[in-house]
Amino acid sequence: MATGNDTTSSGMPLVESLQVLRDTRGDDEVVLTVMGTAREWMALGDLHPLDWIYVPSSMGQAPSLGLGMALAQPGKNVVVCNGDGCLLMNLGSLVTITQQAPKNLTLIIFDNGIYEITGGQPTPAIDDDGSRVDYPGLARAAGFQQVHVFDDLVSWQAAARDLIDADGPTFIHLSISPVPGASGPRSPSKAPPRAHAFAKSFRAD
Amino acid sequence: MFTGPQIVSLLTELGITHVVTIPDSTLGQWEDDIRAAAAISYLGVCREGEAWAVAAGLYLGGARPLVMIQCTGLFESGDSLRNALFDYQLPLFAMIGYRSFLSQATLPGDTCLAFTEPVLDAWGLDWVLYDRPEDLPGQLEAIAGQYHRCQEAGVPGVALVAEGRA
Repeated sequence: MATGNDTTSSGMPLVESLQVLRDTRGDDEVVLTVMGTAREWMALGDLHPLDWIYVPSSMGQAPSLGLGMALAQPGKNVVVCNGDGCLLMNLGSLVTITQQAPKNLTLIIFDNGIYEITGGQPTPAIDDDGSRVDYPGLARAAGFQQVHVFDDLVSWQAAARDLIDADGPTFIHLSISPVPGASGPRSPSKAPPRAHAFAKSFRAD
Repeated sequence: MFTGPQIVSLLTELGITHVVTIPDSTLGQWEDDIRAAAAISYLGVCREGEAWAVAAGLYLGGARPLVMIQCTGLFESGDSLRNALFDYQLPLFAMIGYRSFLSQATLPGDTCLAFTEPVLDAWGLDWVLYDRPEDLPGQLEAIAGQYHRCQEAGVPGVALVAEGRA
């Protein structure tokens, strides 16, 4: 298996891939970000009341948290932006999600192949020969009926809105370029008051 | 210790909307009745860490979830528990099966007996042990009382339910 930190990944830039989501996001939709996606989402501009910046996090639990949100508020779309390293920590969540099958849940995996904020170490999903775990295949095997794969921004941008609107649960795999030297995200403010404010907005009609 | 109908009656009285769970040989005996309850959704997860996160999402969306896991799952799910209950201070309530507690005389040596209560103390949780099968109505009322007390105080709580055969 891979042993160095020089794993490279061709793919779209993280910031631009998130900007696509930001541009198409509806006013009553939750966007849950974690790790690198949280860092860049905050850098892209003001936060929306239904942004859940999952910082601090329990690594791996973003899909499960999003599942609970989606089940509690079935009339509101919930979009979870997760990393590949995070997904590896909680692969069972794919099965839990398809068992519950919320139509309003979209799980996006931003796959850069590395643990970015700890220095760029390759995940165990990358082999020495560069071969990678087939995350879309895992999602299909776990029962996702809607699985979509994007390697370029133009295609992702063209499809994003329709995929979020479609009946889910939906699994989207984005190939992302690593961000060299990236740091971890910081909580935008104290977590408990943020949770309280988010819940108030999320529960509102 | 409790029967499925007793648990469903309790959870219905408490207004629980979702039971987020992995069964063990005791909790699993309640599954059919929970699934049959009209006002309660049974939500099985694959690993206990998921349970706290799913319950957190449900709570944020206005639901009233209950985490139902064995004490071994408590050990497994520490980071997720830490995040939901302490980082975000969500007042989630859990019913945790205390493996072997009622079998200590006949089946000693289960290390769950050594670690469950110290771990709950270490987390600083409001936990109460329910270990008196001879007083079932009183035990159920006590769980309800603990739940209401925790909800009113806005803090998490754990009903530690003794398992095994006395």
